[in-house]
Amino acid sequence: MYSKTVIDRFQNPRNAGGMHGANAIGQVGNAACGDIMKMYLKINDNGVIENAKFKTFGCCAAIASTDMACDLIKGKTIDEALKVTNKDVLKLLGELPPHKIHCSLMAEESIRAAIEDYYKRREKEIKKGSKKNA
Amino acid sequence: MERKIYLDNASTTYVSNEVLNEMIPCFNTIYGNAGSLHSFGRDAVAIIDRARDRVKDAINASKANEIYFTSGGTEADNWAILGVARANVNKGKHIITSKIEHHAVLHACQQLEKEGFEVTYLPVDENGLVSLPDLLHAIRKDTTLISIMTVNNEVGTIQNIKAIAKIAHDYGIYFHTDAVQAIGHVKMDVQDMEIDLMSMSSHKIHGPKGVGALYIKNGVRIDNITYGGQDQERGKRAGTENVPGIAGFGKAIEIAVRNQLVNNRKLKNIRDYFLEKLKEKVEFFQINGHPHQKSNAILNISFYGIEGESVMMLLDLAGICVSTASACTSKSLLPSHVLQAMGVPDEIAQGSIRISFGTNISKSDVDYVVDEIQKVVAKLRAISPIQPGRLN
Repeated sequence: MYSKTVIDRFQNPRNAGGMHGANAIGQVGNAACGDIMKMYLKINDNGVIENAKFKTFGCCAAIASTDMACDLIKGKTIDEALKVTNKDVLKLLGELPPHKIHCSLMAEESIRAAIEDYYKRREKEIKKGSKKNA
Repeated sequence: MERKIYLDNASTTYVSNEVLNEMIPCFNTIYGNAGSLHSFGRDAVAIIDRARDRVKDAINASKANEIYFTSGGTEADNWAILGVARANVNKGKHIITSKIEHHAVLHACQQLEKEGFEVTYLPVDENGLVSLPDLLHAIRKDTTLISIMTVNNEVGTIQNIKAIAKIAHDYGIYFHTDAVQAIGHVKMDVQDMEIDLMSMSSHKIHGPKGVGALYIKNGVRIDNITYGGQDQERGKRAGTENVPGIAGFGKAIEIAVRNQLVNNRKLKNIRDYFLEKLKEKVEFFQINGHPHQKSNAILNISFYGIEGESVMMLLDLAGICVSTASACTSKSLLPSHVLQAMGVPDEIAQGSIRISFGTNISKSDVDYVVDEIQKVVAKLRAISPIQPGRLN
């Protein structure tokens, strides 16, 4: 049912766990559907993703997809990371059964959710900064 | 050698040697078609007759001709539901079942709805029991059939079959039960329990796959759902008889019922020991199903904060075979219909696995399994965004 890569990533995820000092955290999904993915990013001042970690409640495919998504965006700029899609995740994983494709889509969404969180935080900082200056 | 422990006996079981020995001659020695009039055919008929007697005795049917062999539990369920509903349309087009039935019953009911029948799906309580007042409320003048399973396949809850059958008969309604998970675990006496139709399967009780039976009490009005054979199963179930399968099933049910008390005690000891160890080593879980009115073979466990399929997969990688009815194994994304009907919250239902014991499991097997469960659960919780302590 699952490719060797999926099983390997599920059994030994490279990027599992939370992150201290993450400045972008995004969460997608809900427990009722069986998947919650939480993505933690450390983005530097040049807009490059220095590190990516995840926590996932979900099946084998969900865990493998988020782990692979972390690998895909590490070292990339925000703009590059936003271009990563579920097809890239699927390509690296080998394949997923048809009813598990949504796991790769959710991994893509979790990247976007984390980057959105990063922008929101920046916006707040800028507002705070402008108040101080005024 | 890698250790392998099979804890999925509610899915299927191995064929026992006694059963296999009963079957072997039917493949290459007594291989006649039971429909043939010559000696090869008559020999096959003799084998089937003996198996039919064994099934009759195992469930205390009054006559052997009330046993109809089928391709398994699913066909027996389909036949009972579709056959009785369609044969009794002059009385009405309403049937009653429960929300926690096997899909072999539920999907047959959905087919009837497409044909213009009305179906009431009774709710269950948090333990998985159908309430008798609910049943009484659901009964109408045009109700022709009540179908309630004896033992639930996911959580093991045992229904009050005798009382339900009594109610059905008070209102002149036929009563069917899916006893696929009950045979060998619960004493099934169709006369004492006043059952009109009962589905059985062979491969859950160390018999071969592809064979089962429907008990149909003489006098029950039921249509055929297979067409072709004029004389097979007394004109009610077309198709060349699966002689080796039927021979094996007959032997398997005889053994299962003969050993029921001993096996039940063994299974209870294994289950109780497992639970004791699990409570020692793992936190934050719940057992789904009735606390005591349940099969000793089935244990449905929800681990908080993690998802069932992941638990199942990691255990499989450690050589331990369990099953899950959670969203990810089925193609729908919904949690198990049984746990949902019992009111188990979705996030807890998603974390469930089903362990179904066999009598061949030792204490050392259980120790190994619990140790592995402890590791697997800790590993998955470490990478889960849900804190298990916050649930419940």
